[in-house]
Amino acid sequence: MPLIDALLDDFFWRALIGGLGVALVAGPLGCFVVWRRMAYFGDTLAHSALLGVALGTLLQIQLSLGIAVVCIGLALLLVVLSRNRSLATDTLLGILAHSALAIGLVTLSFMPDVRLDLTGYLFGDLLAISRTDVAWIYGGAAVVLALLAWLWRGLLMSTIHEELAKAEGLPVERLRLGLMLMFSLVIAVAMKIVGVLLITALLIIPAATARRLASSPERMVGLAIVGGVIAVGGGLSMSWFLDSPAGPSIVVSAFLLFLLVYGLVREQRHG
Amino acid sequence: MSEALVTLDDVSVRLGGQNIVDHVQLTVSRGDIITVIGPNGAGKTTLIKAILGLQAISGGRIRRTPGLRLGYVPQHIHFQPTLPLTVKRFMALTGAAPAECRAALERTAVHHLYDSSIHHLSGGETQRVLIARALVRQPDLLVLDEPAQGVDVNGQAELYELIRELRDNLHCGVIMISHDLHLVMAATDKVLCLNQHVCCSGYPEQISHDPAFVELFGRHVADSVAIYHHHHNHDHNLHGDVVDNAPTETSHDHASH
Repeated sequence: MPLIDALLDDFFWRALIGGLGVALVAGPLGCFVVWRRMAYFGDTLAHSALLGVALGTLLQIQLSLGIAVVCIGLALLLVVLSRNRSLATDTLLGILAHSALAIGLVTLSFMPDVRLDLTGYLFGDLLAISRTDVAWIYGGAAVVLALLAWLWRGLLMSTIHEELAKAEGLPVERLRLGLMLMFSLVIAVAMKIVGVLLITALLIIPAATARRLASSPERMVGLAIVGGVIAVGGGLSMSWFLDSPAGPSIVVSAFLLFLLVYGLVREQRHG
Repeated sequence: MSEALVTLDDVSVRLGGQNIVDHVQLTVSRGDIITVIGPNGAGKTTLIKAILGLQAISGGRIRRTPGLRLGYVPQHIHFQPTLPLTVKRFMALTGAAPAECRAALERTAVHHLYDSSIHHLSGGETQRVLIARALVRQPDLLVLDEPAQGVDVNGQAELYELIRELRDNLHCGVIMISHDLHLVMAATDKVLCLNQHVCCSGYPEQISHDPAFVELFGRHVADSVAIYHHHHNHDHNLHGDVVDNAPTETSHDHASH
């Protein structure tokens, strides 16, 4: 397709196309973060992403792959550690989040040959994404969306009431594992866009905005995607006209949209 | 003898070094309504979770009829307000056709709430929707954890009546937990009195005279429950699972513990 090819040649359009791809998956997964109260969990996985960058650089593999692998490892570690009830989940998440971030930073400092733009990883560097990055974003998004569509009913049911879902014969543990896998993938691809510190915002702000307007879970997902698209478009425009950093600008415009919706729309009686 | 749906054979559950459920023997058959009563912390919820397969057991065995379909009505379900959900969508998540969902809601007399948000239902309405949801699955065994909680007194009697009716129409087995002794004694077939172990079990008239029951709930409660029945069973030695005059081993003296 020559048009898309031409668009991908331009850094601004490339950023926009990449950002839209992330908004596409951040919407539905953000809804699960909001529904299952997993905001801190998302943060923890995101913090470990830097370790993934170090690992990816060390092994000379695609950085997104390194990030995804580390995120999945951390998610599994969390599952194992949370069986031990002597520590509350938020304490456990706090320990792992910051330890993973610190280990990532220390590991990177041992690799003097590698010159990494740390700010880019912490806050995102959307305007610098390459064609390969765009391909990774859309590849990851396709996998996540396909998994979501396949597991939708089970995921929704186990989110509403885990024991009821289990009593009805749904494989609750495997579904939770699937959700963690999807999170790891989304964090790996969203990292370029908004960076480690702002990924959770991109997940939860559009979903929370959509809650005010939605009367069904599916509509909430749809509206969260729309909200994410508006935030990406608005943030990039802001960055273009005001010369502000792209990642934070996207989060700022998501937040403005959230304030606008909550200011204008009264709480719904239905839904 | 009707078909046994679930048989618990010497089932124990240990959690954190404590016996929560201690050597329980129990059979739930098609057509039964069994109510589990007992003080707080007696292991009632743990026991039914074991029946549902939600709680791993540490001793004994549970036999379920092959292909057993379970309908579960959990205790005070909390719907996340962040997740928009209508009764219609909640019912549809069972995978049943809309017509079946409507029919089930009609059975529990809440079909007028079909399009309502699940977050705006009263306690009694929520319970009825949950029961309807369990019904859509056409269960062989209906398991209810305190179905009357958060329901007013009139509603409670109606709810127990509904459960009886459903048992008759669907010809399923029912096992539930309840706190309301008076209603249980009036509406149930069999009572299982649990305090980690099975203190006593049997028909309501029998059980209210059982020494173990009297000890657990006190003379005052036992008497008031017995009076409620009006037709006293004059053989005060009679207790346990069987109707004949022989006392059974399901009952025992608490002093021996």
